[in-house]
Amino acid sequence: MKFRHLRHIRIWIAIIFFMLTAFLFLDFRGSGVRAVAGEVLFLQFVPSLVKFLDNAAAGAAGFIAVLVLTILFGRIYCSTVCPLGTLQDIISRFAPGGTLSPKKMPGNHVAPGGTLSPKKRPKNHGFSWSSLYRLSFCRFSSYRFFFLKPNNFLRYSILFVTALLFLTGSGLMLNLLDPFSSLGRILTNLVRPLVIAVNNLLVPGAEILGTHFLYLVRWPALFPISMAVSILTLILVGLLSARQGRLYCNTVCPVGTFLGLVSKLSIFRIRIDPRACMGCGLCEAVCKAGCIDPGKKSIDVSRCVGCFNCLAVCPAGQALEIENIWMAEKNGPGRGAGNKGVGRRGFIFGLAAGGAVMAAGGTLKTGEAVTAAGGAVKSGEAITAAGGAVKSGEAVTAAGGTLKTGEAITAAGGAIKSGEAITAGGFLKDVTVPQTRPTIIPETKTSPVSPPGSVSTARFSSTCTACQLCVSVCPSRVLVPGFLDYGISGIMQPRMDFRYGHCNYDCTDCLEICPSGAILPLSREEKQRVQVGVAKFILENCVVHTDNTNCGACSEHCPTKAVDMVPYLDMPDRKLMIPKMNPDICVGCGGCEYACPTKPFKAIYVDGNPVHRAVEKPVEKPVEKIIDVSEDFPF
Amino acid sequence: MDRRDFLKKTISGGIAAGSTLVFPKIDGLWADSRGDVKTDWDLVAVRGGEPGPMFDRAIASLGGMKSFVPKGSKVLVKPNIGWDVPPERAGNTHPALVGRIVEQSLSAGAEVVTVFDHTCDNWIRSYQNSGIEKAVKDAGGKIVSGDSEGYYQKVEIPMGKRLTRAKVHEAFLEADVFINVPVLKHHSSSMVTIGMKNLMGAVWDRWYWHRNDLHQCIADFASFRAPDLTVVDAYNVMTRNGPRGVSVNDVVSMKAMVLSRDFVAADAAAAKLFGTEPGDVRHISIASGMKLGNMNLQDLSINRIKL
Repeated sequence: MKFRHLRHIRIWIAIIFFMLTAFLFLDFRGSGVRAVAGEVLFLQFVPSLVKFLDNAAAGAAGFIAVLVLTILFGRIYCSTVCPLGTLQDIISRFAPGGTLSPKKMPGNHVAPGGTLSPKKRPKNHGFSWSSLYRLSFCRFSSYRFFFLKPNNFLRYSILFVTALLFLTGSGLMLNLLDPFSSLGRILTNLVRPLVIAVNNLLVPGAEILGTHFLYLVRWPALFPISMAVSILTLILVGLLSARQGRLYCNTVCPVGTFLGLVSKLSIFRIRIDPRACMGCGLCEAVCKAGCIDPGKKSIDVSRCVGCFNCLAVCPAGQALEIENIWMAEKNGPGRGAGNKGVGRRGFIFGLAAGGAVMAAGGTLKTGEAVTAAGGAVKSGEAITAAGGAVKSGEAVTAAGGTLKTGEAITAAGGAIKSGEAITAGGFLKDVTVPQTRPTIIPETKTSPVSPPGSVSTARFSSTCTACQLCVSVCPSRVLVPGFLDYGISGIMQPRMDFRYGHCNYDCTDCLEICPSGAILPLSREEKQRVQVGVAKFILENCVVHTDNTNCGACSEHCPTKAVDMVPYLDMPDRKLMIPKMNPDICVGCGGCEYACPTKPFKAIYVDGNPVHRAVEKPVEKPVEKIIDVSEDFPF
Repeated sequence: MDRRDFLKKTISGGIAAGSTLVFPKIDGLWADSRGDVKTDWDLVAVRGGEPGPMFDRAIASLGGMKSFVPKGSKVLVKPNIGWDVPPERAGNTHPALVGRIVEQSLSAGAEVVTVFDHTCDNWIRSYQNSGIEKAVKDAGGKIVSGDSEGYYQKVEIPMGKRLTRAKVHEAFLEADVFINVPVLKHHSSSMVTIGMKNLMGAVWDRWYWHRNDLHQCIADFASFRAPDLTVVDAYNVMTRNGPRGVSVNDVVSMKAMVLSRDFVAADAAAAKLFGTEPGDVRHISIASGMKLGNMNLQDLSINRIKL
């Protein structure tokens, strides 16, 4: 077998996975890439693991496949499936001063003796802040990569803390560090708005050319905190990868570290044959993981991401080979000895960490409800408290505002007459249109609203990895990036926010696509029987009550008529109807809240159900016979 | 499109629209000269057929599509596509009717027929599931998005009392001929929704209307640009739980259609079909009071057709 071609195969697989993943997040036109979403997302390690722990089903076994692959071939996941890994390769490839392609490696840097000239070899070993500085601001013109000592303390600490927090029901570290979710947030918060902006800039040009293929797309709501977190992630990942390939994967990424431990068991691994090796150092220079130690002629398998660049570049051809380590160990202990010293300690550590994560499956099942529920109560309280604080503040402002409002109303009252007079006179300048007065009673929201299919905010919070794919695919824009809506454990997890849209009654897009199973794939009928929250009506804010004019926007949008209009007041020229709530059939879609026109506070809003409830089907009475369907005309 | 181009188009569109307002009978007279059949009806009501054939009969009795659509004109057909519901739920205008109007406009010589709505539910889903997107495309029309504020231009509404300015879809401003194709249905906010209420889908900020005396705003906006023709779809009629409806049980089959150049008259006749007195629908009586049209059906010459 020609191992040189493995690199090309790896690159193509990586490109396919990366493109499909990116399209899933960026497809603002719904062009059909979601048909293969299941296949693309199946192998994503953390979402799949979380999904499996929540419900051990075959559809969630992607991470097991990854583990099996890792035990066979090492961390090839990191170089193919992981989209953040591929992003780093792309950044690294196009970073200034870098030539990654082995074909372009100049041969004249190989010293006559077959080793790298000492001047060319940087003395840098391992991760430190000074090395980060040097990596960031120094250029290496000839050799891009070099061997780095592993920073075992940092990488195992991060893995340990991430796993520990995850076991106790907190996604704090996992949400922030899972590579798939990190990339998802970068795509959702940064790239998607850019893509939409470019699209909208191209629309006028396309229309001049006579094509209507492009259309203006509504600008997505921007969430500063979520954007800031994405930018910080991108800066960290970008800087490290621009200077030293996969340093992030081998120092920060908990998935990389975990798979690194597993790969210490791997059967097939790359090995340097010390007898055939000329010591030219080309393999080291193309190793973006920095795991090839040319001095010892050994490869740190826990940090090798399986990119196969080294195989493609080795001039001796035979010096680098893929070895079956189990067969090798039978043949004699001497051959694989290079790794053993470092390996054993790490292996034991790894078994402990890995076992702990596995055990989490069992504990979560029973412990989850209790821990998570506890968490929910706390976060709920926190939110209420915070809400209370804000509200009292707002109430003061609002009260302050009312005085002015009163004046405004008087002024407006005067303006009606003058306005009419002016219109009659034919002068249209300076017409003051009477405006309805601002509302004064704030909404009291006690719980965030998690999407339908998430069962409860606690379950959602314990299973969502905050990749924000649901935010990207939500056609109604009602799912938005959150920050600490579910408490610190649920950092970055999305919520439903009815200021931006309402949940489409017949839509199940987020339920179908969620890669971690945080939003269960309910059928449309099942989804329509779920109550994620209940609408609450504030009569004093309602425009029908304050202005005695017809509205009913809330009832208009209500898909079940849980908000119905009932007679309120008969005035000489109008019959007023006012909303009446039937909470038993309210699904909490937020159509009422989104449509409610009052400012600054809504007259109707949805308060989340910490635990989703089942709703009754709307009662279907026979049609009232108010309409004459005979063949005659009533006029 | 730059600002000057836009102004040019708006003004020329306005002149075309204005001329049909000032000389509403001119096309009818012209059509008359071709035969003895009376074509100057104020209103045509049809019953008992499928949407397409009913429209064909009704438009023929108004002198044919050519009396509305000059050769080379830009036509806007504005159906109600507010909701993500299938045609049988009658939440949106019947796709067969929209398709037929597009077809007729094109064969009358229209340069382009544009269709859009500023939907309430997600626009892509509403366009698709209403069946209207397919019907328009099959008929050769152009269906455009109404979902981005970038498509909406600020206009003044000189006769408006509460609504004096609004952001209006550019397709609405650019069209030489404007055909309003509402569906008749129950409405939680305005009792019934017919033609004038359907114009709410041509503006960006609906919240303002709801906040500032909805019925007055509906009538105010109707004064901005009168449709050259209103075609009310009453084939399937949602009798309650409107405007979205809860299930097909809300719908009765009425197999009716109303056509008129006078949008107030069209709304009045459709209200009667629904079982409501036009005067009880406040925006109809306000519009009538503003002299935008005639809601007194007994004053009008009505062609009643049964298929």
